[in-house]
Amino acid sequence: MSVGTIAVKPSQLTAPKPIGVAGLVLGALAWVITLPPFEVRTIVPSIVLAVIGVGAGVAATLGGERKIGIGSIVIAVLAVLGAIASLKSSHSTLGVVFVWSALVAAALRYATPLIFGALGGVICERSGVINIGLEGMMLMGCFFGIWGADLLGSWVLGLVVAMVAGGLLALVHAIFSIHMRANQIVSGTGINFLALGITGYWFTQHYGPNGTPTNVSQVPNVKLPLIQHVGFFGAAFGDMNLMTWIGLALVPAMTFFLFRTTWGLRLRSVGEKPRAADTVGLPVLRIRYVAVIVSGMLAALGGAYLSVGFVGSFSNNMTEGRGFIALAAMIFGKWKPWGALWATLLFGFANALADRLSQPNPTLGTLFEALPYVLTLVAVAGVIGRSRAPAADGIPYIRE
Amino acid sequence: LTRLEDELEATAEQAPEAMLESPARLTAFRRGLGGFFIPLLTTLIAFIAAGLIVLLTGHNPFSTYKAVFNGTGLNWLFPWVSGSTRSTAAQDLQQTLLLATPLLLTGLAVAFAFRAGLFNIGGQGQYTVGAIFAVWVGSNFSGMPAILHIIFAIVAAGLAGAIWAGIAGFLKATTGANEVISTIMLNWIALWVGVYLFQLGGPLQDPTQSSVPVSKTVADSAKLHVFWGNPLLQGLDIGIFIALAGAIVFWALIKRTRLGYEVRTVGFNPEAAKYAGMNVGRSYVKVMLICGAFAGVAAALDILGWKFQLFTNDIQTSQIGFYGIAVALLGRNSALGTVGAALLFGALITGTSQRNLDPNVFDPTLAQYLTYMIEGLIVLLVSTDVIALRLVKGGRRISVVWKGRKRDEPAPAVEEQG
Repeated sequence: MSVGTIAVKPSQLTAPKPIGVAGLVLGALAWVITLPPFEVRTIVPSIVLAVIGVGAGVAATLGGERKIGIGSIVIAVLAVLGAIASLKSSHSTLGVVFVWSALVAAALRYATPLIFGALGGVICERSGVINIGLEGMMLMGCFFGIWGADLLGSWVLGLVVAMVAGGLLALVHAIFSIHMRANQIVSGTGINFLALGITGYWFTQHYGPNGTPTNVSQVPNVKLPLIQHVGFFGAAFGDMNLMTWIGLALVPAMTFFLFRTTWGLRLRSVGEKPRAADTVGLPVLRIRYVAVIVSGMLAALGGAYLSVGFVGSFSNNMTEGRGFIALAAMIFGKWKPWGALWATLLFGFANALADRLSQPNPTLGTLFEALPYVLTLVAVAGVIGRSRAPAADGIPYIRE
Repeated sequence: LTRLEDELEATAEQAPEAMLESPARLTAFRRGLGGFFIPLLTTLIAFIAAGLIVLLTGHNPFSTYKAVFNGTGLNWLFPWVSGSTRSTAAQDLQQTLLLATPLLLTGLAVAFAFRAGLFNIGGQGQYTVGAIFAVWVGSNFSGMPAILHIIFAIVAAGLAGAIWAGIAGFLKATTGANEVISTIMLNWIALWVGVYLFQLGGPLQDPTQSSVPVSKTVADSAKLHVFWGNPLLQGLDIGIFIALAGAIVFWALIKRTRLGYEVRTVGFNPEAAKYAGMNVGRSYVKVMLICGAFAGVAAALDILGWKFQLFTNDIQTSQIGFYGIAVALLGRNSALGTVGAALLFGALITGTSQRNLDPNVFDPTLAQYLTYMIEGLIVLLVSTDVIALRLVKGGRRISVVWKGRKRDEPAPAVEEQG
């Protein structure tokens, strides 16, 4: 774990790393300039940028920064392909797809449940417990959130019920993986099946074929009076759901907790070196229990956003694998809150783009849905820097 | 060689001392009745727990389970069942066995990986890719002779599944990428690629039905022969024998081949395997290729046996590959156990299906979710048992890779055993 500060000295600018990063940026620009509002309609500038990007990539690779270097070469090639695609599309198509403010707003909407889920994953795995069951915990929050809001007549209480339900399911995972020393991946898989069964059963039993009522209390949107009507910012951020703001606020909060507080340090030490943590008197198992349960509550909030926050109803298996994307985001973000946030925004953006692409081209949008998974596959393969999990992640701890 | 194998197995089973008092007893237990006893007990507990939920929600668990049982068609086995009940039961039993066929193969796909200490969550993706290739080969090339066409389709599906799983094996061998994560990702990639291909306007969508997101229909020459029941009412096709042959191949591979020995050694202790001169990375690739082939063939048997076409909705909701995880775990990753577990889950899913469960006794929609609960409970309960008896090696390997240690550092054996 290096949490060093970033200080760029002039001499470092000629080092391979900044060159590689510049290559990344230039490569990406090769595509961006062909999009609105720039809309360069010839390929030449893109090719020039991409060639410089490849050159910087090669320089960085030769200088020892292989991953960034190869990354910028790949980005440059992809950007040229993207630029060709943009040039082949008409001006009006580009106008329909790349409405930046709407794209950003949609990306944030898609990212919100993932942020909660990924933060839940971060806290769980930082304490040394693998959580494949995020999907199930999200699904619990998704159903019980709206059930609670319907039953108790308030979205606040609905969110509380969601957290209790997610926390309870997480408790099951905790008991199995901490006390009964189960294989945590198997246990998490079981958790997912169980959640699918519990929510579907309860939903059918309670609501029957009519589904949830239409007038359930919903989490409100936050209308920012100052910027609501200010062009891009107004359309992108002026009318976001309260839970999106909470999710975004949780990222620095979680970072502060994990890396700047005593309890955060304790939690991380339990996940890295439980034996040492035990030796200095930390209650290893208890810390892990708390972490797993909190993780279930966070994931449940993410699920609840879908039902109580965004859609206002529930359907079976509503999370549809978002827990797995959250898991992917956590790994993509290298088990760090900020990294997880960038990953969820990237994945959310891919989703939003897929949505908008489906207007001019219904078939192609579908392929974009696979993008988060392809990126994560590339990430775990170590192409974009090595993702390293906490040292004791997945190993049950047994006191001597 | 055989003695060595025995020693290896024995040591593997002695490792989790914490769970039972005496390692010797544990070994004896497993060799004898215990091998069947614990899975049976697990299943029983899961069914009782689910029964309690049925009771708590105001239904009668006994009549529910009786209706589910009758829905499975297993009452066909009772000689006193006769008349129309018997013919209905026969149809139901055909359904159960039709479903057990792919479950057996996806179960083997997960079990084979477990034997090598790998966790293949990607059975679903391998199944999807296999289904895409099976339906593509099956619906084209209609001029081929039947036998060749069928073999072509099955081999294509098997190869496709193998390559899909092989990606995960290759990534693990070359970059150390955790196969749990990579197979989950491959599942979703396969799903979206499948939806892309067959959706409205997709490249492989049936051109004669432009408003239905479905593939073309499999040609008659590629359909598997139905030997029991009415082919028009989804009678039982010969696919089940191919699946059973798959179980025999699994057993023979594990017990009678050099590869199987390698697989078990790698699964037990990758370090030792490496020092014994085995190429661990290459065995990971081989293992995943074989796993994927099992799952791919499972899809081919479904497509050529009774589905004949592939809907995008089917791709998105299919759970066959995920059930395979439960099947393998409950079957303790052995060939015979997997056959039994596949039958159990095939029966459970059929018995709780919309088509077979009497809605006057219990709502089939509820029953389907009851099935998921039972599945979840079984997997949860097996998760501790499995780590004790078989998976200590697998579990340890996963955790070692997960935390991305260097290969030459010692495995955390001390912590595991306390």
